[in-house]
Amino acid sequence: MNSVFPVFDPASEQAQYIHDLFVQVLLISAGIFIIVSGLICIAVYRFRSRTAIPQQDFGSEKKEIVWIAGPLIIVLWIGAISAKLILTLNAIPGAHPDQKGDARLIVTGHQWWWEVEYPDEGIIAANEVHIPIQKKFVVEVRSGDVIHCFWVPRLARKIDAIPGRTNYIILEADSPGVYQGRCAEFCGHQHAWMNFKVYAYTPEDYAKWVASHQATPAAPVKEPAVAGKELFLNLTCSRCHTIGGTTADAKIAPDLTHIAARKELGGGVISNNPENLRLWLHNPQALKPGCKMPNFNLTDEHLDQIVAYLETLK
Amino acid sequence: MSASITDTNAKPLDIAPSTGLLSWVSTVDHKRIGILYILTAMIFLGVGGFEALLMRFQLLLPRNDFVSPEFFNQLFTMHGTTMVFLVGMPVLVGFANYFVPLMIGAKDVAFPRLNAMSYWLLPSGGLLLYYSFFTGQAPDAGWFSYAPLSTRPYNLRPAQDYWIMGLACLGVGSISTSINIFVTVLNCRAKGMSMQRIPLFVWLAFLTAALTILAIPALNAALAMLFIDRWLGAAFFEPARGGNPVLWQHYFWVFGHPEVYILILPAFGMISEVIPVFSRKPIYGYAFVVGSGAVILLLSYGVWAHHMFAVGLGMGADIFFAVGTLLIALPTGIKIFNWTATMWGGSIQLTTSMLFAVAFLMEFVIGGLTGVMFAAVPVDWQLTDTYFVVGHFHYVLIGGTVFGVFSAVFYWFPKMTGRMLSERLGKLQFWLWVIGLNATFMVQHFLGVMGMPRRVYTYADNPGWQILNVIATLGAVFMATGTLVLIWNIIASLRSGKKAGDNPWDAFTLEWATTSPPPAENFEKLPEIKSRRPVWDTNHPDVADWKSAPTSEDRGTRPNAAKLAGGAFVASEAVFFVLLLVSYVVFNGRDQQDSQINASNSLNVFRTGIFSCFLLASSATFWMAERSIRKGNTGGLRKWLMATILLGIIFLGGQAWEYTGLMEQEIWIDTNLFASTFFTVTGFHGFHVFAGLVALSIVLWFASHDFFNAKNDKVISAVGIYWHFVDIVWIFVFSIIYLGILQ
Repeated sequence: MNSVFPVFDPASEQAQYIHDLFVQVLLISAGIFIIVSGLICIAVYRFRSRTAIPQQDFGSEKKEIVWIAGPLIIVLWIGAISAKLILTLNAIPGAHPDQKGDARLIVTGHQWWWEVEYPDEGIIAANEVHIPIQKKFVVEVRSGDVIHCFWVPRLARKIDAIPGRTNYIILEADSPGVYQGRCAEFCGHQHAWMNFKVYAYTPEDYAKWVASHQATPAAPVKEPAVAGKELFLNLTCSRCHTIGGTTADAKIAPDLTHIAARKELGGGVISNNPENLRLWLHNPQALKPGCKMPNFNLTDEHLDQIVAYLETLK
Repeated sequence: MSASITDTNAKPLDIAPSTGLLSWVSTVDHKRIGILYILTAMIFLGVGGFEALLMRFQLLLPRNDFVSPEFFNQLFTMHGTTMVFLVGMPVLVGFANYFVPLMIGAKDVAFPRLNAMSYWLLPSGGLLLYYSFFTGQAPDAGWFSYAPLSTRPYNLRPAQDYWIMGLACLGVGSISTSINIFVTVLNCRAKGMSMQRIPLFVWLAFLTAALTILAIPALNAALAMLFIDRWLGAAFFEPARGGNPVLWQHYFWVFGHPEVYILILPAFGMISEVIPVFSRKPIYGYAFVVGSGAVILLLSYGVWAHHMFAVGLGMGADIFFAVGTLLIALPTGIKIFNWTATMWGGSIQLTTSMLFAVAFLMEFVIGGLTGVMFAAVPVDWQLTDTYFVVGHFHYVLIGGTVFGVFSAVFYWFPKMTGRMLSERLGKLQFWLWVIGLNATFMVQHFLGVMGMPRRVYTYADNPGWQILNVIATLGAVFMATGTLVLIWNIIASLRSGKKAGDNPWDAFTLEWATTSPPPAENFEKLPEIKSRRPVWDTNHPDVADWKSAPTSEDRGTRPNAAKLAGGAFVASEAVFFVLLLVSYVVFNGRDQQDSQINASNSLNVFRTGIFSCFLLASSATFWMAERSIRKGNTGGLRKWLMATILLGIIFLGGQAWEYTGLMEQEIWIDTNLFASTFFTVTGFHGFHVFAGLVALSIVLWFASHDFFNAKNDKVISAVGIYWHFVDIVWIFVFSIIYLGILQ
C-alpha cells in the first residue's frame, strides 16, 4: 500500500509523465556530475604536489565557447521537455478544454485538516479523498485560512491551496489502492499532521462508497449512544462540527456524518478505532498540540457515551 | 566629474583610540570592522547551528517530543533568518571589508564612518530579532514569512514585528555597506589598478554590492507593507479584504532570489583567489569569470517565481521562469570550467584552503544540478517544499558559501593575524565537514522523494524515514564538531601559531605586499601595479604577467565618491518605489474601481497638480544653486537653496492639506485597498521629501558658514541627485495615482 519512494512509483498518467521527466533529468545530471567531478579529480590527482612553476595559461576564448556549447544544448533540451509537459499537464479551465475531466471535487485546506466536497454527489468528507480508478477528477483546491499545499506524490503534481483563489489539478489513479497525501506548505503549528489519503476503488466499490456516504446514518437507539448524541448536541461539539440528520451543522471543523468510517484521526496523527477516538476526545491537545479542538475535560462517563454515539456514524 | 587619484585616496581617519576594548567600538578602520563583522557572524553561526542541532535531535525519532511543535517552528524560522542575515551576509561583507581595500591598494574604504555605522546596525538588528525570545516566543512563520500566516489574523504575537524590524535594520546596514564597497572599488583603487586588473574577489564583491543595493529594497517594500498591514490595519496580504497573499511571495522572492547570489558570488570570488594561488597559475579566463558573474547578476532578477511553481501561476509564467532559471546554469557552468582549467596543468598544493576550494567545486556542482532539476518545472511540482529542496539549498549554501568561507579563512587568516592556522587541525575540520555535509543533506534528497515535506516537526514511522533521519542528525553532529575544531584551531594559533610572514603562500595580489597584519594605513609602499598579479610580478620577474598577458592601462581617473554614493542610494530607493507603485497598480485596476472610495472620487487632481508644480520647480531652483556654486557664487547658492527648501515645504503643506481632507471624509489607510496603497505610496514619498528638506537644511547651514566653493561642491551634487530623484518619483506617482495612466 505505502510505497517507500512514492515519487518513483507513479500510479497515474500524470505522475508517470513527471516521473519520466525526473528520471531523464536525473540521468543527465548524474552524467554531468561524473564528467565534471571526474575532471576535477583527475586535475587534483595528476597535478598535485608539483613544485616547478607551471606554464602560465591565461585562458582561451575559443575553449570557453566550445565548453559552453554542451551545457547550452542540455539546458535547451531540458527547457523544451519541461515546457512540453507544462503545456499538457496543467488543469486550468479554459486554457485546457481537453482537461475538463469526468467529475468534480472541491478540496479546501484548513489549519490542520482537509475538507473534501463532492458537489455533484452532495458528500462532504475530511482528510480522505475517495475516487474511482481511471476517472479524471478536476480538483478545485482552495484554502479556508492560510496557504496549504495539496500533494499526493504517486498521483499528481502538488498545488498550493491559497486563500482568495481557486487552483485546479487533475487527480486520477490507475489502479485501486491507498495513496498517501500530505500538506507540503508550512501552515502553522500542526503542519506535520495535515496528512490525508486518497482511496481509489473499482467503479462498483466506488458506487458503494458513494451510496453509503449519501445516506444519513440512522439515529442511535441503544444506550450509551443515545446519551452520547444528546451530549454531542448539547455540549459545545455542534458549534464546530456537522453531523448529517441532526441539528449540528457548523462548518468550522471536519464533518462527522461518517466519522466511524474513517481510517485516521487528526490528520493522520492516530488511526481511527474506538480506543483512539476516546483518547482523542479525552485530550486532543496531548495528541496534536496546538490543534483547534480544545481539551473539554470530559468525564469518563461522557467520553464513553460520545464515543459510543460517534461509532454509530458509519 | 573625475578627480586625480591622490585627491580621493585621503588619509585614514584618525579619531579613535588604538588599543583596548573601546578602540574596537569606536574604530573606523576597515580591517577592524571586517574582523568585527566576521566575529559577529561566528557568534551567530554558533546560535544558528545550535538551533539546527535542536531540530535534528527532534527529528531523530518518529513522533519525538524533544521539543514542542511551537518551538520547532520558531527554531527553523530563526535558523533560516539567522544563517542568511546574521551569518552568511555578515561574514562575506566582513571579508569584503577587510580585503577589498587591501587588494586594490587603498588606505581604507570610501566612507569609513558609514562603514562603522553599517556594522553596528548588524548587532542591533540581530539583537532586535533575538529579543523576540523575551516576549515569550520567537518568530515562527518561516524565514520567508508567507502571508497570511504572518499577518495579524493568524499571528498576533509581537515576535513577527521583531522579525520585521530586525530585518529592516539589517537591510539598511547591508545597503549602506554595499554602497561603500561599490564606491570603494570604483573610487579608491591605487595608481595602475585599472578595472581590468582588480582581483576576482574584488570583482565579485563589487557585483554582490550592486546586487545587494538593488535587491534589499524589494524586501524593505514587502516588510513595510506587512508592517502597515499589522499595525495600521491595511489589507495588502489579507484575502478576506481584497488583499493578495501571493503578492508577498512575489515581493519576497524578488529580493530572495538575488539574495541567493548575494550569498554565493563572494564565495565564487574567494575560491577564484585560492585556486590560482595553490595551482601556481593565473585564473583561467579572467574575463569569463567576471562576465559570467555579471550575467548571473542580471538573470537573478528574472527568476524569482521559480520559488513559486506550486502556486499555480499559469503556463506562460511557469515556462518563462523555467527558461530563465535554466539559463543561469550556463554562466555557472563557465565558472566551474574556469576553475577546473586553472587547476589543470598547475602545481597543486593541497593545503586546507585548497581542499575546501576543491570540495566547493564538487559539492556546489551537486547543489547546482539539483537546482537544474527544479528548473524542470514538473519535477519542481513534485519535489518543492520537500526535504529534497532542503538538501538542494544546503549543498549550495554549505558546499558553496560555507566551504568558500572556510577556504578563505585558511587562506587569509595569516594575513589578518600574522599567524598560521594548523594544517593538521584544518584537515580534521575539512573531513568532519565533508562527511557531515554529505551525511546530512544527501539523505535529505531521498527523504524528499519518499514524501517528507519540509518544516514538519515530526513524522509517522514510515518505512525508511527514521534511519535516514538518524544519518542526517549524525552528519549535523560531525559539522558541529568540525566547527569546534576550527574555533580551537583559531585560539591555538592566536596563542602560539607559526609566524606567517608577509606572504606565506607566495600569493599574487596586493594584500600580500604588506605586513601581516597590515598597519593602520595598510601599505608602507605599494609595488608597481602593471598587471592583475603585482606581487607575482615582483617575485617572479622573469615570468611577469605584464610581459606575457598585458592588460589595459589605468587611465588614472576616478569618479566623484559622493555623487557615486548618491547615485547608488537613489537606485536602491527607486526599486523600493517601483514595488510600492506596482502594488498600487495591482490593487487599483479598472475592475477594482467599483469600490465606493477610489482615486477618481476622492482625490483633487487639480489642486495636487498645482502643488506638484512647486515640487518640480524646486528641482529647477536646486539646479540654479548648483550652477551658482560652480561659478563660486556662494550668495547665489544660499539664495537658491532657501528657495528650494521653501518650495519643498509648500509641497508638503499641500500634502498635509490633502491628507486632512481625506481624513475628514473618514478615508484612512485601513479604509480599503485604494486608501492603503495611496497613503503608503504618497506617505513614503512625503517622508522622502521631508528627509530631503533636512539634508538641504544641513547643506544650507554649511553654505552659510562658507564651507563650499567652486572646487568643493561634491556634497551638494550628492544631495542634488537625491532631491532630483524625489521629484522624478513624484512625476511617476502623480501620473499613476492622480492621472491613472496605468489603469
